[in-house]
Amino acid sequence: MSTIAMRQMKKQQYGTITAVRAKGELGRRIRDMGLVRGTEIKIQGRAPLNDPVALRLMDFTLTLRNSEADYIEVEVID
Amino acid sequence: MNATIALAGNPNSGKTTLFNMLTGAHQHVGNYPGVTVEKKAGIYADKDCRFNIVDLPGTYSLTAYSLEEIVARDFLITEKPAVVVNIVDASNLERNLFLTLQFRELGVPVCIALNMMDVARTRGIRIDEKRLSQLTGIPVVPTIARSGAGKKELMDTTLGIVDGTGGNSPLVISYGEDIDMALSEMEPIIREAGFLTDTYPARWTALKYLEADDPIQSAGRIADSALSGRLERMVQRVSDHLSATLDTYPEAVIADQRYGYIKSLMNQGIVAYGQDRYRLHISDRIDKVVTHRFAGPLIMLAVIYGLYQFTFSFSATPINWLESIFGWLTTVVEARMPDGLIKSLIVSGIIDGVGGVMGFVPLIMFMFLGISLLEDSGYMARMAFMLDRVFRVFGLHGNSVMAFIVSGGIAGGCAVPGVMATRTLKSPRERLATLLTVPFMNCGAKLPVFALLVGAFFAANEAVIMLLITMAAWCGALLTAKLLRQTVIRGESTPFVMELPPYRLPTFRGLFIHTWERTWQYIKKAGTVILGIAVILWAMMTFPGLPDATRLNFENAKMSAKATTSTPVVAEVESAKEAQVLSRPAENLKAQLLAIDRKEAEAALRHSAAGRLGIILEPISRLAGFDWRTNIALVGGFAAKEVVVSTLGTAYSLGAVDPENTGSLSKTLASAPGWSPLVAVSLIIFTIFYAPCFVTVVCIVRESGSWRWGAFSIAFNTVLAFVLSMLAYQIGSAMGILGG
Repeated sequence: MSTIAMRQMKKQQYGTITAVRAKGELGRRIRDMGLVRGTEIKIQGRAPLNDPVALRLMDFTLTLRNSEADYIEVEVID
Repeated sequence: MNATIALAGNPNSGKTTLFNMLTGAHQHVGNYPGVTVEKKAGIYADKDCRFNIVDLPGTYSLTAYSLEEIVARDFLITEKPAVVVNIVDASNLERNLFLTLQFRELGVPVCIALNMMDVARTRGIRIDEKRLSQLTGIPVVPTIARSGAGKKELMDTTLGIVDGTGGNSPLVISYGEDIDMALSEMEPIIREAGFLTDTYPARWTALKYLEADDPIQSAGRIADSALSGRLERMVQRVSDHLSATLDTYPEAVIADQRYGYIKSLMNQGIVAYGQDRYRLHISDRIDKVVTHRFAGPLIMLAVIYGLYQFTFSFSATPINWLESIFGWLTTVVEARMPDGLIKSLIVSGIIDGVGGVMGFVPLIMFMFLGISLLEDSGYMARMAFMLDRVFRVFGLHGNSVMAFIVSGGIAGGCAVPGVMATRTLKSPRERLATLLTVPFMNCGAKLPVFALLVGAFFAANEAVIMLLITMAAWCGALLTAKLLRQTVIRGESTPFVMELPPYRLPTFRGLFIHTWERTWQYIKKAGTVILGIAVILWAMMTFPGLPDATRLNFENAKMSAKATTSTPVVAEVESAKEAQVLSRPAENLKAQLLAIDRKEAEAALRHSAAGRLGIILEPISRLAGFDWRTNIALVGGFAAKEVVVSTLGTAYSLGAVDPENTGSLSKTLASAPGWSPLVAVSLIIFTIFYAPCFVTVVCIVRESGSWRWGAFSIAFNTVLAFVLSMLAYQIGSAMGILGG
């Protein structure tokens, strides 16, 4: 087990969010969509230019930019 | 029983489909006061009740960051609908309940429409709706909006709530020790002072202060700045404490606890998964191809091109019908009415004006039909996903691409539907930047102007020049967008955090209603303004008329031409029908008379307000190589860009030249004094960038919600165009290239 930024996650990798460091509007948007501590996610894929990233959480697919994923820390199984 | 019911829910939860199903064709679309967010309302009636149903904008939360959220929350608080029907996507229950929970915290009476039960079932998700109702304390009615299942039950349940005692008390949940303590301190203070209590529950106000909610804090400061300051200091204390002990802040803790509360509900047997939650659904499999690294962009190009073809080729036929109808009207009026001002007003002002308004209707209809199809199916979100990396660089949004293409990103579009296409953009700054730069694209009306100039001066390199023109428009638009986003529309890019909704087959009814609403709004709202401006422009090109003495000179010239010809020939010309073959002397006379008429038209144009404006501007426009004739033509181009061609024709005594047949004018320009390939380049640049036609301006005003942006686009674009063409002309002249 180790904690990394979401940007570093590979395709198809699973993880559990440990912290969301974003504040203000971005922080609120991220949390409103269910990206909060304890949520399990799976990286679904990336856009053709490698950014944004698409991830799966709960029962839906969410996309966010790599720069936004930087604020999210995830615990992954090595 | 009469009552107002609000429909609220997440985007993509089937809310609009449910609204359409409940209200049928009885809908009214408007705007919320002062903002461009659409307000849809309709009537549902059966034997027991008559509900005024308001479709609130789709939101994920009631935090007040986006316009949609502010509007939805304000409506709930100020209009106090009897029931909030909360549409919840059963196949995506956990996240949808986040909004539901906030309704309960606010204490509004809620009823859950548990929608998309069929989708949930095929995904192996089983929901115990009785348990859900029990645990949340909210009536739950399963529905399938697409088929209409559950409609009656939903309305009966709603009626039950309306009839009942009403007014659920707000739900009190725990947000953790620190927040709870602060809340229990703040709540009595707020209650005792009666601070905002007319509008909001006391605990809710306290919670919003802890969440650093801007609109509530501002309202608080106005109501009682001392008390507001006291509350803010209390929040600051909690905030400092949380930051020191847990490295977090109140807003984050509250959101964590809300989702924690929902997770605990979910774990109490509301939902059972028949299969792996992360299993690839059909949508995911489609996405593997559609957003694939190589296949994705190719498919997208095909879709973009397809939409373009769909909009412009299918609308061609109805546009032709409309043109023939208005052409026929013109002929009728011309034949029946005596020459004079009234006739000119009716033909050139009103018929052309109404024709101009109506001419865009087929375009707008097909554009919205195509875009609704892409939006409702879910593909639009994929386009934004794939293009975000590119458009972000220029401060725009991935979905901006649609507006650019429709406006003429593929040469030959139209900025009017292009400007309207920006409605799909939910990020306000990106949307405004798109709105203001799409008119740079080469719409179908600019093409005759380019064809004229290229034909006259660059006939050998037509294809290359046209390609360069298209590239110039794209570069100009994107760089200007970047410039605007760093100056007048400055600000962080809106967070991209976006749902990729599952692919869905759009319903015909939804597509039809959507398309019709938008088109009708254009006819109703934009139409009247456009007609008014068309009449003003007509007046500018007509008044003041030539003085009687001058007109008499032209009459005399015609008389003397007739006098020098034998009487039977004059009679032949005067009685001749159109397209009739005449004898040689008669042809001669006819040509002479036509030449005099055209000279008179030129003199009249020069004498008119527009002409005078052109002459006044000549000293300045010379810097870019334009004489007064070009200036008048460009003024005329504000009516519609192709008018540049016909006005130039009049100014060069060729009569009003048909934009589709510019051969004679091309020849005249090629040999006219004051013209050179360099002037043509300068004019091409000016035409790409200068003020959008007024129909586009009216649409910009409507879409941005302010006259200021319309005025800005006229002034800014014209200055930009002038600077660019002046640079081109001056540099070209200094270097002595292109005949400058």
